[in-house]
Amino acid sequence: MFELSFIWAGVIAFAVLTYVILDGFDLGVGILFPFAEGEREKATMMNSIAPIWDGNETWLVMGGGGLFAVFPLAYAVVMPALYMPIILMLLALIFRGVAFEYRWRTHRWKLVWDIAFFCGSLVAAFMQGIALGALVQGIEVVGRAYGGGWWDWLSVFSILTGFAVVVGYALLGATWIILKTDGALQRRMQGLAWWLAAGTLGFIGVVSVLTPFQDPEYFNRWLNLPGSIFSVLMPAAVFIAAWALFAGLNAGKDGQPFLAALSLFVLCFVGIGISFYPHIVPPGLTIAEAAAPDESLLFALVGTVVLVPMILAYTAYSYWVFRGKVDPEEGYH
Amino acid sequence: MFDGMTAETLARMQFAFTVSFHIIFPAFSIGVASYLAVLNGLWLRTRDQIYLTLFNYWKKIFAVAFGMGVVSGIVMSYQFGTNWAIFADKTGPILGPLMAYEVLSAFFLEAGFLGIMLFGRKRVGDKLHMFATAMVAFGTLMSATWILSVNSWMQTPVGYGINEVGQFVPEDWWQIVFNPSFPYRLVHMVLAAYLTTALVVGGVGGLHLLRDRADAAARRMFSMAMWMLILVAPLQIAAGDFHGINTLEHQPAKVMAMEGHYESHPDGAPLILFGIPNPEEKRIDYAIQIPKLSSLILKHDLNAPLDGLDTIADEDEPPVTIVFWSFRVMVVLGFAMLGLGAWSLLRRVRGRLYQDRWLHRAAIVMGPMGFVAVLAGWITTEVGRQPFTVYGLLRTSDSLAPVAAPAVAASLLAFIMVYFFIFGAGTFYLLRMMNKPAATPHLGLKDGPIRTAGITPILQTDSEAIPGK
Repeated sequence: MFELSFIWAGVIAFAVLTYVILDGFDLGVGILFPFAEGEREKATMMNSIAPIWDGNETWLVMGGGGLFAVFPLAYAVVMPALYMPIILMLLALIFRGVAFEYRWRTHRWKLVWDIAFFCGSLVAAFMQGIALGALVQGIEVVGRAYGGGWWDWLSVFSILTGFAVVVGYALLGATWIILKTDGALQRRMQGLAWWLAAGTLGFIGVVSVLTPFQDPEYFNRWLNLPGSIFSVLMPAAVFIAAWALFAGLNAGKDGQPFLAALSLFVLCFVGIGISFYPHIVPPGLTIAEAAAPDESLLFALVGTVVLVPMILAYTAYSYWVFRGKVDPEEGYH
Repeated sequence: MFDGMTAETLARMQFAFTVSFHIIFPAFSIGVASYLAVLNGLWLRTRDQIYLTLFNYWKKIFAVAFGMGVVSGIVMSYQFGTNWAIFADKTGPILGPLMAYEVLSAFFLEAGFLGIMLFGRKRVGDKLHMFATAMVAFGTLMSATWILSVNSWMQTPVGYGINEVGQFVPEDWWQIVFNPSFPYRLVHMVLAAYLTTALVVGGVGGLHLLRDRADAAARRMFSMAMWMLILVAPLQIAAGDFHGINTLEHQPAKVMAMEGHYESHPDGAPLILFGIPNPEEKRIDYAIQIPKLSSLILKHDLNAPLDGLDTIADEDEPPVTIVFWSFRVMVVLGFAMLGLGAWSLLRRVRGRLYQDRWLHRAAIVMGPMGFVAVLAGWITTEVGRQPFTVYGLLRTSDSLAPVAAPAVAASLLAFIMVYFFIFGAGTFYLLRMMNKPAATPHLGLKDGPIRTAGITPILQTDSEAIPGK
């Protein structure tokens, strides 16, 4: 009954994608923090994500915990391979996470926590991009463990994907702020979002062209059925999303740029999925090989089927409660 | 700094360091979350302003502590993979799903409703706000339940098989979740979290009573904390005793180390109150002991035989000195908590609860002792199960990831620096908030334009939120 492991691959992919788009925009807000002018704008930007960042980051724990639960071998191989980027990402997330509370608790050190918020968001995004790039390059497995060295993750390609994710998250953040604010801050973000959108599309192009060179297998998947269908559809879909993004920005729409930026991320994610499938850790480890026994998969799946829809429901409710433009006066501090 | 250490030693130091830092925050936030739910419930029921004042006060303290718990917890969920990958591969099929349930049933619940609890009373109304507050408290308890099930399975593994590649695989989930040491550990830890919170609340109440014994909010929190102490401390001592007897059954070597029993005692073992463990000579130097009492406590029979560490192979022996001391620290603090609770009860009966300044001072001294006891307790149980990660089945030395010592050393150093910096600052802010009376409208910035023009808290500018207005 190998299907369970594929259902789980889908669940994990969903969790990671949810993490990327949700924490993506709130990390992006952190990356754009230096563009806030004055305390009022800083407060507006931070309050736009203060009630939800914690829930967004929980999807990261779900991704890590889920991988441990259902693909323990993949977890055991990937974590040592990406040792440095993962540790640096975790440390960066600590800095930005505490900044949400700390910056309201001090006067003299406020600037310190503002810098922590910015740098933490930036480094976390960069490390996630590096981790992605290193995964695409492939991870050396010997027996049931990581077989490479502790600097293998570092390459021109992984640095490139690092920058790509930073720019992409900043785009998500900018379009989120456009959605949640008005006035001068919104206008400034509209200007920035235009450049970030151009940058994101540029990075998507470069990374897409370079990816097949990381592993010849990727070439085959894109050139043969069923992947070749996507080879035709993907550029068209990316083009439509990009058009919607620029049109929304030019027309001064509130929500359209954010949704278009999100769909760009979804498309990129699907693209990575096509490159990887049926591997979970390229080039050697497949989804079926890495899966835990069916008893584990089934036990965890029962809870997932019941609880994930509930989680999505109350997460959506929480977003609904805090809908509309942010009022910087509102807070509890 | 870490020259010459093996990757294993460094990885163990790193885990001990990060998990010790992490446990401090849940130990507090589990209790405060429940306290907040009680305060909010009492406020809605009685409309007594003092409860709302206290709710708003502890809510802000909770938010800072919870934030620190979240970020230090994310580190834990990845560390199994980065440093202990072999352990992760072997135990993943059993422990992974339990942790997935923790994430699904606890972390999302806490995170999803925390925003509403902190920011949303005005937006959702009192009833839904109460629901959100209760969900946060429930989430912290669910989290404790699952993670203690995970830990307990590692201590008392049951319901598993071993497959052809050497992984532990589940055979009976019911047995795995409700493994033999789980109920005891869960009760002991949740009570510890409640005691820790009661001590902190009592310490803060005591501080403000020393300054102003008419402070109504300080009186209320001090009184609630002291009730909690006198009710829970005896329960905790009893729970600890049951937990110890359970440990004797499943992990006798741990109890031998706790008791300092290097030798077997065929006709009644003494209770060693104090002494200096001497691991080289395998004896306790300068022991002050009460004959046969250990057998009475553990076996409920003065003459019951108790085996000592002489029956355990040297390579399976836990580090006695650490366990011996950490256990004593925990027990002494447990009785000190009981003593403080009893003292407060005496004063309460005489109607002097808010007047006895020495009681308030003692409460301040005891304020942080819950954390010390929790750490001492965890050190006892975690060091006491060495040299195994899965007790009796998987050795710590066989659990390590293929990581290079310099990588672990560098990350350990980074964790130490970042944690002391970040959590040092957080502790400073927490103490500064606690240093202000509960009725203070602004616990944040002392002055400056922000307070008046920027982040003016809606809740505290409500007339209903400020007692007496």
